[in-house]
Amino acid sequence: PEDVVWIKQQPLPYPLDALEPYISKETVEQHWGVHQQMHVDRLNGMIGGSEWEGMSLGQMMLASFNEGREQPHPPFFHAAQVWNHDFYWRSMKPGGGGKPPERLLKFINRDFGSYELMIQQFVDAALTQFGSGWVWLSYKGNKLPYVKSRSPIPSDNFGKLVISKTPNAINPVVWGHSPLLAVDVWEHAYYLDYEDRRAEYVSEVLEKLVSWEAVESRLTKAVIRAVEKDTHLTRRVQRTKQRLAQANGQGRANRPRAREGRRTGRQGEEEVAKSSPVEA
Amino acid sequence: GGLSRKFSKVVSYYSLTTPPYKLDALEPYMSRRTVELHWGKHHQDYVDGLNKQLATSPLYGYTLEELIKEAYNNGNPLPEYNNAAQVWNHHFFWESMQPEGGGLPEGGVLQQIEKDFGSFTNFREEFIRSALQLLGSGWVWLVLKRNERKLSVVHTRNAISPLAFGDIPIINLDLWEHAYYLDYKDDRRTYVTNFMDHLISWHTVTLRMMRAESFVNLGEPNIPVA
Repeated sequence: PEDVVWIKQQPLPYPLDALEPYISKETVEQHWGVHQQMHVDRLNGMIGGSEWEGMSLGQMMLASFNEGREQPHPPFFHAAQVWNHDFYWRSMKPGGGGKPPERLLKFINRDFGSYELMIQQFVDAALTQFGSGWVWLSYKGNKLPYVKSRSPIPSDNFGKLVISKTPNAINPVVWGHSPLLAVDVWEHAYYLDYEDRRAEYVSEVLEKLVSWEAVESRLTKAVIRAVEKDTHLTRRVQRTKQRLAQANGQGRANRPRAREGRRTGRQGEEEVAKSSPVEA
Repeated sequence: GGLSRKFSKVVSYYSLTTPPYKLDALEPYMSRRTVELHWGKHHQDYVDGLNKQLATSPLYGYTLEELIKEAYNNGNPLPEYNNAAQVWNHHFFWESMQPEGGGLPEGGVLQQIEKDFGSFTNFREEFIRSALQLLGSGWVWLVLKRNERKLSVVHTRNAISPLAFGDIPIINLDLWEHAYYLDYKDDRRTYVTNFMDHLISWHTVTLRMMRAESFVNLGEPNIPVA
């Protein structure tokens, strides 16, 4: 049915004018109230009666990304944009900014050298994102067997914070990273307030609006998820080895392994899908 | 001073071309502020960025069109590509418009559009539809396809130019949000419709079609009868 609202527009976590003077009420009204709402409406318009019907936003986003092999399936653009915007609004708060809390700062110092170097890398990424897109701070947890799309960030930095930029609707969730902070660098995000001065917009967001508490809380959850997944993976490898050892000689070693792999794939996807932008 | 040196090397770079009308001449469909920023900042930034790259690039010395084709590198663009193509795209865009533009083309241009799209209305609708289908930043174009020998509407992402595919651009419209956000916010449809109805320069199109016809024969091959 076409008139069913499968995916709801999430409320803003603060009043429309709460981010003034750094992001104006007019921008938020337009960006959240018109632009994001349009993604929600278009998405709802295309999923009724389709294979995407009834999926959560996160599930739909991952499933329709099509593992980055070819063009994503049609719902991807709108689903990911709804996810990204919800995540962006919750990356900020009135009276935000300042220095990150102690524990988060330790991670930042370890992985970027200092807070200032992290900010510099973030702003550089924002300025070199050519065309519409996003800039992210993410936690790159562990090797993820269920994510087959290729991350542009080399694989030697598992267990670290990383900064990345993504074109249009893409987000680092599709590479299996856990996003901690998003800044929208589509021109609509800042043009009414800053015109072409993107650097100024990104700096104001980082210095005056970022909710470092939200970032830290997301990091804590991401680390726990990564540890759980590591434990789960270690157990799975052990079980598979045992089974292979048992099956050895019976000539049927391949089948249980294939079945095991498939089941893990589904579990993995569910785990990522659960991390909704609103609760993450 | 060049005189004090035994050998001097002449170096020349690209400069910002000026739109062929005043900055407020496209009002109310495109505000003075939008043109000031779009031409004075965005277009200028691409020119500056390109010149800075060319100072140390092996691609110095190409004409802009050759540079775009070379830097496109068969779809694996070199670092100069984005700036080079955006300089060209914007220059082409300013000249695709004029005050009191829009309406219907005349003569051969109209005939060619009717031949290739069925009717002018079909062309207008296809241009608007293609502009709305593009996700993210980019351009919508009317191009003359060399091999098919016909006009066609295409949209491209970010800086991509149909020059790289060997097609001949006839019109382009900028769909980056900086082109319309101050004036239209998220209403891309009205922006595109106003371009078609009030800004497009059919005069420029006529000149471009005449030039294009020296590369593409749009009529039946003229075979002399013995």
